[in-house]
Amino acid sequence: MISCDKAAIICNKAQYREATFTEKLKLRFHLFMCKTCSKATKENTQLTTLCQKADLHSLTEQEKLKMKQILDKMN
Amino acid sequence: MAALNYITGNEKKLKVIKSNSITFDNDKKRMPEHQLMPDKWVDLYADYLFNYAIGRISDAEVAKDLVQETFMAGLKSAKNYKGDAAERTWLIAILKRKVIDHYRKTNSKKGKAEVRMNYSSQTDAEGDWLEEQVADPFSSFENSDIENEELGLAIQSCIAKLPKKQALVFTMKTIQGVSTEDICNELDINPSNLWVMIHRARTALMDCLNQNWF
Repeated sequence: MISCDKAAIICNKAQYREATFTEKLKLRFHLFMCKTCSKATKENTQLTTLCQKADLHSLTEQEKLKMKQILDKMN
Repeated sequence: MAALNYITGNEKKLKVIKSNSITFDNDKKRMPEHQLMPDKWVDLYADYLFNYAIGRISDAEVAKDLVQETFMAGLKSAKNYKGDAAERTWLIAILKRKVIDHYRKTNSKKGKAEVRMNYSSQTDAEGDWLEEQVADPFSSFENSDIENEELGLAIQSCIAKLPKKQALVFTMKTIQGVSTEDICNELDINPSNLWVMIHRARTALMDCLNQNWF
């Protein structure tokens, strides 16, 4: 039996498809026993779907750094 | 009927409030004024503005340039900032102008700006029935596109509220899809550290979205 903290970490890994098979099995077993974690897992999965649906874009740190440098030059 | 008796002269007891009375002036002074902090612009708003721009211009390079121009224009006209709009709203307003200017520039050649309807090229089709051109009442993608853009902006503004390092790890992992190993190398942290940060970021994001989105 794994702890809720551990279950949460595995759940997060599973969101990025990085949980191993045994980890997923342990998580399933835990969720079967623990109502709180199954609710949290549901919400976590929902967040993943939202992030995919929103089609997010972002600038990389290097691009941001470049922007900052250009702005600094103006000052 | 005694209750309906109107006592003349009672209205004089009410306090007269003129629009320019002293109380109102004090109210205005007490209101927290918005201030510009250009040092933090890139960290706080770059991704938000970038998402806004990319919803209107699908070319990422152009969108990036427009965000850069927006910051520069903002810095130049910072002294004209009156402080009655929040910083981000003010920057979005500038970006909007930049987007419009971009389309004006690309459409400046005469005739390019006109809308060309692309009628069906198949001349041997059975007939040009109006029914074929009518919008599909069951189509939902137009609305969901708009909703998804708003959702994207909501998520971005929630990410901006996270602590800097968590926000960085979350964006790299979720949006840019960098592998765990690469992030650990670049930021010099170990994987369990990374997962804890991801966990905190996700919990905070869910709370924030619950307040602002659902």
